[in-house]
Amino acid sequence: MRYLPLTEADRQSMLEAIRAETVDVLFRDVPEAARLAGPIGGLPNHMGELEVERLLGAMAAKNLPAGAVPSFLGAGAYRHHVPATVDHLVQRGEFLTAYTPYQPEVSQGTLQVLFEFQTQVALLTGMDVANASMYDGATSCAEAVMMANRITRRKKAILSGGLHPHYRDVTTTDARFIGFEAVAMPPAPTGGEDLLALVDDKTACVVVQNPDVFGHVRDHSDLAAACQAKGALLVVVVTEALSLGLLTPPGDMGADIVAAEGQSFGNALNFGGPYVGLFAVKDKYVRQMPGRLCGETVDADGRRGFVLTLSTREQHIRREKATSNICTNSGLCALAFSIHVSLLGEAGITRLAQLNHAKAVQMADRLAAVPGVELLNDGFFNEFTVKLPKPAAAVVEDLAKRRILGGVPVSRLYPGEMEDLLLVAVTETNTEADMDAFAAALTEILGAEVPA
Amino acid sequence: MSMNNQGRPSAIPAASAGFDGVTGTVTGNRGLQIEEPLIFEQDSAGRTGVDLPEVPKVASRLGAVKPRAGVGLPGLAEPQVVRHYTRLSQKNYAIDSGFYPLGSCTMKHNPRLNEKMARLPGFSDVHPLQPVSTVQGALELMDQLAYWLKTLTGMAAVTLAPAAGAHGEMCGIMAIRAAHEARGDKARTKILVPESAHGTNPATAAACGYAVDAIPATADGRVDLEALKAKLGPDVAGLMLTNPNTCGLFERDIIAIAEAVHAAGAYFYCDGANFNAIVGRVRPADLGIDVMHINLHKTFSTPHGGGGPGSGPVVFADSLAPYIPVPYVTHGTDGFALVENAGDGPAFGRMKAFHGQMGMFVRALSYMLSHGADGLWQASSDAVLNANYVMARLQDVMTASFEGPCMHECLFDDRFLKGTGVTTLDMAKALIDEGFHPMTMYFPLVVHGALLIEPTETESKASLDQFVDALRALAERAKSGDAAYFQAAPRLTPRRRLDETAAARKPVLRWTPPVAKEAVAAE
Repeated sequence: MRYLPLTEADRQSMLEAIRAETVDVLFRDVPEAARLAGPIGGLPNHMGELEVERLLGAMAAKNLPAGAVPSFLGAGAYRHHVPATVDHLVQRGEFLTAYTPYQPEVSQGTLQVLFEFQTQVALLTGMDVANASMYDGATSCAEAVMMANRITRRKKAILSGGLHPHYRDVTTTDARFIGFEAVAMPPAPTGGEDLLALVDDKTACVVVQNPDVFGHVRDHSDLAAACQAKGALLVVVVTEALSLGLLTPPGDMGADIVAAEGQSFGNALNFGGPYVGLFAVKDKYVRQMPGRLCGETVDADGRRGFVLTLSTREQHIRREKATSNICTNSGLCALAFSIHVSLLGEAGITRLAQLNHAKAVQMADRLAAVPGVELLNDGFFNEFTVKLPKPAAAVVEDLAKRRILGGVPVSRLYPGEMEDLLLVAVTETNTEADMDAFAAALTEILGAEVPA
Repeated sequence: MSMNNQGRPSAIPAASAGFDGVTGTVTGNRGLQIEEPLIFEQDSAGRTGVDLPEVPKVASRLGAVKPRAGVGLPGLAEPQVVRHYTRLSQKNYAIDSGFYPLGSCTMKHNPRLNEKMARLPGFSDVHPLQPVSTVQGALELMDQLAYWLKTLTGMAAVTLAPAAGAHGEMCGIMAIRAAHEARGDKARTKILVPESAHGTNPATAAACGYAVDAIPATADGRVDLEALKAKLGPDVAGLMLTNPNTCGLFERDIIAIAEAVHAAGAYFYCDGANFNAIVGRVRPADLGIDVMHINLHKTFSTPHGGGGPGSGPVVFADSLAPYIPVPYVTHGTDGFALVENAGDGPAFGRMKAFHGQMGMFVRALSYMLSHGADGLWQASSDAVLNANYVMARLQDVMTASFEGPCMHECLFDDRFLKGTGVTTLDMAKALIDEGFHPMTMYFPLVVHGALLIEPTETESKASLDQFVDALRALAERAKSGDAAYFQAAPRLTPRRRLDETAAARKPVLRWTPPVAKEAVAAE
């Protein structure tokens, strides 16, 4: 076994040092009935690298990689180009195989990365401070709601109909088991919902997404003011972090908490995970924040250094009184995020965001020109919704047969509803040829169905 | 100036003006240890590390939202970014560079094959919402991983959704709550948790709205069965127990514990953080466990990455199998299918967006296939052998908290340091100077000044011997009255002890531009 350094001779001499005859003796506290006599049945024995590569390679080969074909999928996970530098640095063993930085003297690398990550997230969201990351955007959203409950001492959250349904479901699942009210508004694919009217003196927070799940972008400044007037908090969810490079950030709109998905920077699609949740707040709420925080301090020689801080909020100190049960962050994904953002820098991030928006505008115009297709968005960033003259799921299947991943049918997210709607995301990875191919294939597929 | 016991000054004096007072060099660097400013302090406006094409000239369509004026990020070219992160990485201790016996955290070798497999475009470049007909291999991988986890635990069902161990705990406790509620039993308001438990256990139970009642330990470091029985009743929803427990001991009475819990109408949750001690040798289902999370980043070697991402699948016995979250993979008529919506079945809800930590699933399955049934048997055997060997070799100079054999980790307390002026923390810091990552300190809470050592199966005997020799010498040194040596440790690290109190008193959680800092100061 290539991963096990002990030799038979080592094992024998170690057993002698322990004064045990066999290793089995060391398992004597396990009830006898539960001790297996030998390797477990129903599983193969060990394999070399080559055999494992063959088996897993065969499984991988059954999937259609998004990068192999024109791909327009979004809805909370976006295919961006990740510079080669990112994965090279992420795979450095000192980052990859380190644990949580509990011993700061030998963890300054991870800690400085987290401090820089927190700063980048605060800058991007326009907020005062950010934590060292969460599991993903959806769990960030649920934690934001629970944090709002703690701050306001109220127990009702109003969830916009533009909130990604997975984010909604994670939040309502928590609501059911943790014990608060989450009022989910119906989806509003053509935009427009009156959240202001729902805010009352029992409301802990209103959760909106920008751009929302249908791609609409909105200014939530009025909603922020209305929430403030009622003593409620405004939580802004962002599922496409690149939009923060172009749009007025949630902090400038008056958001109290921003819960976002950071996958777009540095992280591959990975069939949905692992991703990296971003969590940023106003300064005054820092001590109610969930998750890890890294802070600046000095060492015994007076030099600047970094440590995990405010851990009195956390489970390993506070146990049942902790602000959250969270024990990990999404360290490596946060590192990948941070390296990609560092590479882009101010000039790069602005340009990349503009590029995404411009290409999305071009694609929207191409699709809107297809007979029978209607664009539902006035304002959008890099994703929009179109109405088709036939069920979107069938169209998407047909497109896949033509080797085009042509967006996400809205009914995939809302079973049985809005079956004629299709979500289309466009990024810098989409070429003119991709866009032409998509529009042409869609025209062909819809051709027979369009009424004269 | 303080002197160490060999008569050398403990800090290097500054040679003269212009030299760093700590290192004696002009730069503050020490050879391979290079000082690295924050990335924000290396900014040059307009510089970038990514070349992008021209933006097509189209009228923007942002609706009522204005484009922002700027973000405030620094500009660096690619070589600067590479150097920045490379230098930072060199300030980290890692399992790749040395022995990392952090008890309860399972720092075992992370095979690079697993990294390679996770990066196959068929896994890494697949969108979670592609038509299922285009992701059959991804669903097959999830199905295979589920099969391995069910076989290794003997359990009936598994969810792969939870993003980490604590998230898995949350999932398990939600399932327990859902099961009680489905029976109309709303009287159960308490979860029992042993004193030695990970902090996540009581935090999870409390987050799910349960009161937490602590179970005391016996003198031999295990759950007090009689005390447990006394607390069991119609108000108890479940027991959360780590096994092997956080003292590194197997709960001998586990079957009696399970029977008592079940007799009271409650469920038995096992924190599977220490499953690596028994994987392939003992099936948790045979111990009477109803539900257990598994940390793929511990038992199945997915990288810890400086604190994540984790992955915390949860296995369920028949009793709780109907109460799992979405999504899950099923065998449909046209291959694998994916159930994504709670409305489509008995699922209790959703834990996170999309389908779980796929990248971690690939790595874990790669690890399992590499080991196979025989390799996992050997791995848990070696993990337990290594821990018992370390315990045996340290027993005469340190104080083991409980009698062995231990499982995958051995627990010492600070009685051997009594009267020396040296604390568990000092001992840990002195180990850093010796080139080791310290063991877990001050956990579990059931013994005083805990030192919890988990070698894992991927350490050689030579590596264990070197560690043991260092620790023996340090224990002797502490007893010889050289407390000052320990209190000044570590001396040889990129930073010496950091002031955590100051960090918490006035938190500085981000870099602020110098101009803004001055403006704040002037207010």
